[in-house]
Amino acid sequence: MTLPFLIIAALTLAASVAAMTLRNLVHCALSLVVAFAGLAAAFLQLDAQFVGFAQILVYVGAVAILIVFAVLLTRGGQAPEPTLFSAGWKWGALVAVLVFGTLAWATKNSFIIDRKPAATAEATVKQIGDALMTKYVLPLEVIGLLLTAALIGAVIIAMKEEKK
Amino acid sequence: MTPLAGYLILSAMLFCIGLAGALTRRNAIIVLIGIELMLNAANLNFIAFWRFSEHPEALTGIMFVIFSIGVAAAEAAVGLALIIAIYRHYKTANVDEVNSLKG
Repeated sequence: MTLPFLIIAALTLAASVAAMTLRNLVHCALSLVVAFAGLAAAFLQLDAQFVGFAQILVYVGAVAILIVFAVLLTRGGQAPEPTLFSAGWKWGALVAVLVFGTLAWATKNSFIIDRKPAATAEATVKQIGDALMTKYVLPLEVIGLLLTAALIGAVIIAMKEEKK
Repeated sequence: MTPLAGYLILSAMLFCIGLAGALTRRNAIIVLIGIELMLNAANLNFIAFWRFSEHPEALTGIMFVIFSIGVAAAEAAVGLALIIAIYRHYKTANVDEVNSLKG
């Protein structure tokens, strides 16, 4: 393990724990921004520059702002919550710990962890663009259609209900 | 370079933090944040496996993550719109109180 990886991992984990446990929702959204930025740094460390910057653009830029807007739109005149966690929180925590135990056990016992990284792994924007326009052109069109449908759907869902 | 196991464990921890948040918090927005964290943990796995694969020039992991980010953006937009609609109807964003399908 290298020092940059440890720093990035510690920052990302601390920020995501903060995002899940803080009381103030705006603070949660801001911690989420830090966690997303840490993940983008991890992507950059893995030589995936395009994905790292796409992560910053989409998550830090768009999704986090969207969450802040939703927070501001849904708390007008609301009393502060007495408890943060739902009634069955013990079961939820137990499930999460069990899932982590299973994943860690599977990782530890897998033959795949001896694998060495490829000597040069390059994904230039040109290569990605070429692949998107040739081999992956159909998924690209489908995702464009999906985003359009989601845009229209989100607007329709969030529109004010008409008085009958 | 950090071994593959380091990235896999980091991703598993992120996934479980997100899962714990999604299962235990009462506010619907935090539940959605937890789901986003879980999606991001999966993306980290894709990139780690791509970097440690024998044929990184095939770009499969990169493509998967790009499309996954697109789908996650659509999911976040629709999810937050649903939360706003539920808040307008029930006057709460607490998932424990939203327990009837027929409003």
